[in-house]
Amino acid sequence: MEILYAALALGGMGLLFGILLTVASKVFAVPGNPQRDAVREVLPGANCGGCGFPGCDGCADAIASGKAPVNACPVGGAEVAAKVAKIMGVEAVDTGVKKVATVLCQGDIEHCGNKFNYTGIQDCVAASLVSDGNRMCKYACLGLGTCVRACPFDAIHIDERLKIAVVDEEKCQSCGKCVAACPKHVLELLPARQPVQLRCRAAERGKLVSDNCKIGCIGCTRCEKACKFGAITMVNNLPVIDREKCRGCMMCAEACPTGALTADWDHRKEAVIDKDVCIGCGMCKRTCQFEAVAGEVRHPHDITDACTGCGACAEKCPKKCITMRVRNHVRDANAKVGTTPEKVLEAKETK
Amino acid sequence: MNTYLTILVGSLLVNNYVMNKFLGICAFLGVSKKMDTAFGMGMAVTFVMTLSSLMTWLVEHYLLVPLDLMYMRTIAFILVIAVLVQVVEMALKKYSYSLYQALGVYLPLITTNCAVLGVAVLNSDSGYGLVESVLSGCCAALGFTLSIVLFSGIRERLANSRMPKWMDGFPGALITAGLMAIAFSGFGGLIK
Repeated sequence: MEILYAALALGGMGLLFGILLTVASKVFAVPGNPQRDAVREVLPGANCGGCGFPGCDGCADAIASGKAPVNACPVGGAEVAAKVAKIMGVEAVDTGVKKVATVLCQGDIEHCGNKFNYTGIQDCVAASLVSDGNRMCKYACLGLGTCVRACPFDAIHIDERLKIAVVDEEKCQSCGKCVAACPKHVLELLPARQPVQLRCRAAERGKLVSDNCKIGCIGCTRCEKACKFGAITMVNNLPVIDREKCRGCMMCAEACPTGALTADWDHRKEAVIDKDVCIGCGMCKRTCQFEAVAGEVRHPHDITDACTGCGACAEKCPKKCITMRVRNHVRDANAKVGTTPEKVLEAKETK
Repeated sequence: MNTYLTILVGSLLVNNYVMNKFLGICAFLGVSKKMDTAFGMGMAVTFVMTLSSLMTWLVEHYLLVPLDLMYMRTIAFILVIAVLVQVVEMALKKYSYSLYQALGVYLPLITTNCAVLGVAVLNSDSGYGLVESVLSGCCAALGFTLSIVLFSGIRERLANSRMPKWMDGFPGALITAGLMAIAFSGFGGLIK
């Protein structure tokens, strides 16, 4: 009999609470947004926070309420953006170039030595507290791997010999955790595969920089002068590249005496004229800032190896007979028409 | 007045639920890596523990005692706590979304925090009245908050210091907790 009471009492309590919960869930129901839930479904769910919102739920909220664009998720990239756009009923915005964490320092142990021998806690945050870190340059990557530990995607490593961070661009999901973790602010999220990139943050005067580091920017302004498109301005002894104006001719990197301004040489372009279409109007010749077009008026023109791949001629050509392609041999400033790679190498050897 | 003072000092410091009774160790170790989350957890526990002390007292005195079902106490209390946490979560989501987000995942986790049940059971064992129960629950939770926040502060420092490999992480944390418990035992003489 007693057990019946117990069962009834507990069962009654359970039933009562069950009803209470049901009522509560109705009373306290927050009108959910089906769109939001659908967006949440397609997001990766890694909760990495790379979008700037607290986890994927926060990102889905922001997208559904229009506070964030459909491509807010940097990890999902174009694929997820397209799915989200479909749910939200808008056209997928071109996500553009994928952003990757970029190490804005080339001062490895061979270029930028140690100021003192650091034997403390092997962590950049700790090391940076000791007189701005143990490297000669106070802006340098300390190479103790705080970024490596912050990366959830195993996309960043320390070159053990050179003591500098190296990013695996394929693995990088542009979540920005390493950027936040780096005490030296050496890492930055930048569009991948930029034609030119300044990889130095030393804002000191040239003498100081060159004393510390062989590959630092000394603020010589040669790149500023080399740029024919006015895309480079000097701020705090460092060139700032205006990406809107930059044509990717890489002349600034050619002019850089230290190598602090790097270029994606493997993807440098060159112009090619379709001689069957060219009418020899001379527009390209007049447009070219690098004297890289040869040819007589009314005869098909030719592009020499002096071409920097800025693409200005291709834009101006009235017959649209100039196409840009990735060049397969080095540029030669004094090139004659039709210089082949062999000839360029030959010329270099004779020099 | 004296009993209230005794309960306050007793639950907060002398009989600290984590440091003296070793209840709620799971949450104590689980969410003490960062000070702000530890504080959030502490606040969530305070909220639920105070309410659950009230509710379990009512259930005990108006249901279990009259029906002579005290041996069903544990399961009944757990039922109350689980329901309470659920309702509180729903209510918070509706009326204070910011607090709901701040407490986040810790709120449902409290259901499994043995300190909450421990407070309810010990209240009933001590034969406290309604006000005494609520005060004891609240102070016990504040004591929990105190110890978890202090502990997380120590762990934050430990994380940035060089530890031997075999002490890194949980071994070190457990030893730290033990040392803290020894320190808390120093409060023992405060009340008789």
